Amino acid sequence: MTPSEGWTPDQPIVAIRDLHKSFGHVEVLKGIDIEVMKGEVICIIGPSGSGKSTLIRTINGLTPATTGSVTVEGQEVHDDNLDKLALRRKVGIVFQQYNLFPHRTVLQNVMMAPLLVLKENKREVEERARSLLAKVQLHDKEDAYPAELSGGQQQRVAIARSLCMRPDVMLFDEVTAALDPETVKEVLVTIKQLAADGMTCVLVTHEMGFAREVSDRVYFTDAGRIVESGPPAQLFEQPQDPRTREFLSKVL
Amino acid sequence: MLDLIAPFFERLYETTGLNFSPFYDSYDWGRLLEGMWVSVKLISAIIALSLVIGVLGAAAQTSKLRPLRWIVAAYIEIFRNTPPIVQLLFFYFGLGAITPQVDMGGWYEPMIGSFGWAVIAIGIFGGSYNVEIFRSGVEAVPHTTVEAAESLGFSNLKIFIYVTLPLAFRVCLPALTNNIISLAKTSSLAYVIAVPEITYSLSGIWSDNVNVPEMMVLLFVYYILLVAVIARAMTLLERKLALPGYGR
Ligand SMILES: Nc1ncnc2c1ncn2[C@@H]1O[C@H](COP(=O)(O)OP(=O)(O)OP(=O)(O)O)[C@@H](O)[C@H]1O
Ligand SMILES: [Mg+2]
Repeated sequence: MTPSEGWTPDQPIVAIRDLHKSFGHVEVLKGIDIEVMKGEVICIIGPSGSGKSTLIRTINGLTPATTGSVTVEGQEVHDDNLDKLALRRKVGIVFQQYNLFPHRTVLQNVMMAPLLVLKENKREVEERARSLLAKVQLHDKEDAYPAELSGGQQQRVAIARSLCMRPDVMLFDEVTAALDPETVKEVLVTIKQLAADGMTCVLVTHEMGFAREVSDRVYFTDAGRIVESGPPAQLFEQPQDPRTREFLSKVL
Repeated sequence: MLDLIAPFFERLYETTGLNFSPFYDSYDWGRLLEGMWVSVKLISAIIALSLVIGVLGAAAQTSKLRPLRWIVAAYIEIFRNTPPIVQLLFFYFGLGAITPQVDMGGWYEPMIGSFGWAVIAIGIFGGSYNVEIFRSGVEAVPHTTVEAAESLGFSNLKIFIYVTLPLAFRVCLPALTNNIISLAKTSSLAYVIAVPEITYSLSGIWSDNVNVPEMMVLLFVYYILLVAVIARAMTLLERKLALPGYGR
């Protein structure tokens, strides 16, 4: 992967500056600034409708910004001449609803993008896909179809599918929100492992315990703004802003 | 084959007057086989063309180019709201008259013959329904699934081919089966422009033998069997494409 010219790994891998986003007349993001260094894990928390999904989706260009800047490895995302493919092989995303390809088996789901998009060698891709599925504890489900799996299993396939593109950054948008309490844990374990392996992760989550355990920094958003951010110990134990305190008192 | 059944049908004719001439007369037998063969070729070509039009039309309707969507919409309106026989006559006599002739070494033949025009006319007619059928299938594909493919770097074309189309196809298979069967039946309209398909060849037989009722029975049986075969094939396809655990 060739990062954009001039970018070095000691600079933020993801940098969001004064990001605004409006849908029609409604401004959903009202000036967001976030910097993520390589290998960092950051969590974004906040009430429903505060713009967390919109924010995370601007990072891989799924939602275009209205104004402001988002760069990944120094490359501006919201540039009309952007090479979308180059961006998307750098940034993986996992959604709340898994969104697997229902007409392909688990193994095919994981192999599809590297084969079709990156046109990689089939044997190499298959080997990599198998080892990723083993890593998420699904080596025995390779030939199953998504509909035959539990939510937690589907979500782990979705993670493996993203990882098979060998991204530099992983985005997770409330990936446990649709799961049963018992299966939440197996997905969180997978993400934790990924973080421990040094993957740069941006997570939107309602799992406060998890956010506290895994993240280097937590951002609290409300009504399109970042109200407060800091290391988890500080944000969870000594929240400064009354809105953060109120939110935490509701969810903790 | 004919040797086996000929004595029976000859005796049937002698004793009852029921004249199934293709089943004992080798010339009529040949005409029947030729008619069935042309009919099957015609139907296959019509279905193939209508499917290609259906897929391309549905893809065009998802396009960002508004004029392209208008053209497809106008096409659907025109061909769904006029009788197929009028369309066939329009293509054959209207457009057929202005298409160039080809030198066949001494004599001239139209570039597109009656078979070609029947395929084009009925294929385009059937395609107008298929566009709508495929479109409803495309609309049933969850936007989030498409988004996942987009996030993995798929181009729009790859999304359409590898994600949208296979999922849409499964959704619209029952409606597609209906239209394919309807097209198989509509193919008999090619009779009016003298395509030597089964209706046309049987009409040749009945005017020579004056055995209209018998040949009509044959025609009915042919279409009933044909439609049964198509329906069966589509059911098998549907079963083959069914996804384990999906749609519960
Ligand atoms: N495509 C869209 N068009 C119009 N409005 C949108 C669109 N997407 C999001 N919004 C609006 O933007 C606001 C923020 O939505 P967003 O999904 O980013 O919130 P969120 O913080 O992720 O909420 P949740 O916790 O419920 O997932 C909401 O008011 C939503 O209605
Ligand atoms: Mg959200």
